[in-house]
Amino acid sequence: MSHTAPNLSSKTVPTSGAITMVDAIRQAMFEEMERDPAVVAIGEDIGVYGGAFKVTDGLLAKFGRERVIETPIAETAIIGAACGMSFLGLRPVAEMQFIDFIACCFNQVTNFVAKSHYLWGAPVPMVIRGPSGGGVHGGPFHSANPEMYFVHTPGLKVIYPSTPSDAKGLLKSAIRDNNPVLFFEHKYLYRRLKEEMPPGDYTVPIGKAIVRRAGRDLTVVSYAAMAHTALDAAVELAKEGIEAEVIDLRTLLPLDKETILASVKKTNKLLVVHEDTRTGGIAGEIAALVFEGAFEDLDGPVARVTALDTPVPYSPPLEERFLPNTEKVVAAARKLAKY
Amino acid sequence: MTHSVTQPATQQLTRAQLLDLYYYMQLNRQLEERMVRLFRQNKIVGGLYSSLGQEAVSVGTCYALEKRDWIAPMIRNIGALLVKGVPPRDIFTQHMAKFTSPTLGKDGTSHFGDLKVRHIVSPISMLGDLIPVMTGVAMAGRYLGQHIVALTWIGDGGSSTGAFHEGLGLAASQRAPFVLIIENNQWAYSTPVSRQVPIQNLADRGAAYGIASAIVDGNDVVAVYQAAKEAVDECRAGRGPRLVEVKTMRMRGHAQHDPAEYVPKEMFDYWKARDPITLYEKYLTENKIWDAAAKSEIDARIERELDVEQKFAEDSPLPPPELAEEGVYCDGCHKIEADWKRAKSEVSPPKSSIDPTWRLKDLPAYTQAAITGGNGAKNPAQKPVTVPAATPPASPALQKPAPAPAAERAESQPEHLAAGVAAEDPTVPRVPFGRGPKDKAFRQSPENPQNKPAYSRAPKEKSFSRAPLEKSFSKSPRQKSFGKNAQGKPFTKNPQDKQGRR
Repeated sequence: MSHTAPNLSSKTVPTSGAITMVDAIRQAMFEEMERDPAVVAIGEDIGVYGGAFKVTDGLLAKFGRERVIETPIAETAIIGAACGMSFLGLRPVAEMQFIDFIACCFNQVTNFVAKSHYLWGAPVPMVIRGPSGGGVHGGPFHSANPEMYFVHTPGLKVIYPSTPSDAKGLLKSAIRDNNPVLFFEHKYLYRRLKEEMPPGDYTVPIGKAIVRRAGRDLTVVSYAAMAHTALDAAVELAKEGIEAEVIDLRTLLPLDKETILASVKKTNKLLVVHEDTRTGGIAGEIAALVFEGAFEDLDGPVARVTALDTPVPYSPPLEERFLPNTEKVVAAARKLAKY
Repeated sequence: MTHSVTQPATQQLTRAQLLDLYYYMQLNRQLEERMVRLFRQNKIVGGLYSSLGQEAVSVGTCYALEKRDWIAPMIRNIGALLVKGVPPRDIFTQHMAKFTSPTLGKDGTSHFGDLKVRHIVSPISMLGDLIPVMTGVAMAGRYLGQHIVALTWIGDGGSSTGAFHEGLGLAASQRAPFVLIIENNQWAYSTPVSRQVPIQNLADRGAAYGIASAIVDGNDVVAVYQAAKEAVDECRAGRGPRLVEVKTMRMRGHAQHDPAEYVPKEMFDYWKARDPITLYEKYLTENKIWDAAAKSEIDARIERELDVEQKFAEDSPLPPPELAEEGVYCDGCHKIEADWKRAKSEVSPPKSSIDPTWRLKDLPAYTQAAITGGNGAKNPAQKPVTVPAATPPASPALQKPAPAPAAERAESQPEHLAAGVAAEDPTVPRVPFGRGPKDKAFRQSPENPQNKPAYSRAPKEKSFSRAPLEKSFSKSPRQKSFGKNAQGKPFTKNPQDKQGRR
């Protein structure tokens, strides 16, 4: 498929070879907007400038101002308008310039968008996407992982992919879904890895975790950037003879309980790794699920490696202390494996 | 009195329409009076909010809309729901939390909607949020070529929310076919308008966004209809958005539990004499639009209808408990399909493709006139710019002046409203602009006895010595090798990625 717009060769999306997560997400947007004119994009600086991270670069040239809607700096207005559009059957994709700013429209998302279908039977087929996560020294207001506020909100779906191909396939699924979907894009992963896209119009199902590495000694559950940290740790652990099974959740709500329980029943040990802060992070929910569904299979305590219970600090040594890393995961896994 | 207003030829109401207005206002009132009785019989599950005295606002505004148009009511806009064709049983069953209610008992009061047939967006208790939502409805309607208008209401209280201002800003910048009715009923729960906003007319807020606004007597249903019709017509002609402030009075407390003892008796007395239904009955009689027989026929019809509807609600069952678990997600239970009234090719490439650059004509700020603010803004400190509420602001986007009748009604505001309620309480201490502790003139004035800067800066004590760090932290981001993807292929590092920082 060609996405060439007049005189804009530099702004086209690569169509072959390995591409970054940014380009994978762009490709999903291009393909969905081309497939269905009900798909529109709305957000701050997403048009002429192409978005703060260039995720929407080239969309305006191709689809015009009616479908690529640049707004004032007003997150409540963005989410409210996207919700209103969805009531008429459109499928808006709203961008938060940084996902931290979703706090500005918290009421709109949690009280209106999330509850509409349950309360009065109004489906809200919209996507809220934006760059999230730390590790790039963005400071306390540009590095957050606010996913759990929304995992705790019935009516939403929450996606947090870790690879370019998953990002593309899951974003397409999110746009086609009849429910409001929050799509977190880890900015550390935006341009750090490349991957070839599977051919054709493929999607990745929402609500399905994936086993990234098989192992017998313990299960490491993670997602987003930490899925890669967990995989790195698994390589280290393998050198010591500890075979870790690594699960990448991909979707946080609804959670793929079956995949987690099946793995824990096999390995009998569970370590959860996430970049979100510790208290109220998804590790606690997963621990409770395992206690409910596989308590008698456990050979050791459920362990977790998470960020500290602090805001995300700015200075590199502070942020490195704040974030989980391979060493921390290896140490926790080593301890757990001894049980 | 405002009833003598001359109606523009295009906005003449037929006799049938004039009687319709009476029917809906009276239906609204009788329905609510029945609900008060049900409340006292403990048959209403939650709270009950009255729109007594505000019927002309709900009915007059909604009557200006067409079937295809969209509304998002507030809790007190039951009259608008009735005009939109919602049967009274829906209001009864909602309040009584019955299984037969539109939300099956999942929400109460007038918190329900209808996307497909009547085009109603459900209210939300957090007021103001529906302003951006209805802006989106208006934008989508335009995008799909439906020529619809979206209308919602906000109270004087809700006009202080951030969502109100964000929504109006977006509506204005998008020129959305969106009408906002500010239903100024003088009280936000127990707080009078004068303590919420230091301006007399909430309609003035439209000027800040380049939105033409009008003010109308909210207890005059014909005037309300005309002002709303004008706004709706302007929006449908592509000259939106529009704002209309209707001045009315909440004649009960915030809800049934609130006796509203904080409202001065004189205020209630004044507005009681201006009851919208009594005024309208007089208007219909004086203009020989009806007679006593016609009135009693309509009244009897309302009673008959409400008897049936109320009985249906009272006889309805409560929902089964297991319903609580259902319906969080739409799992294919709704078919989502836009109603296209224009060719999809118009919004698809290649037709939709543009040159995505800003041109000078998009950027008027480069002219000298624009920098100095054009006319009237040169000496803002000496000459504050006041925008008369009924006059549109000087924006090229607004091509048509606001309706003249509105100005008449603005002048006909009751005296205590015009001067008393909105006037400042002189006992409240106020710091004049520019007279804060940081201000030099203030520091040197006798009002500041110490005559010293309020914010003095203590000499810095050096408590931290900057010892050289023992460990040198690398500034580069975490180094990592990536594993394999789902297809078993290894991830490769992006060679263009230097620091991973933007």
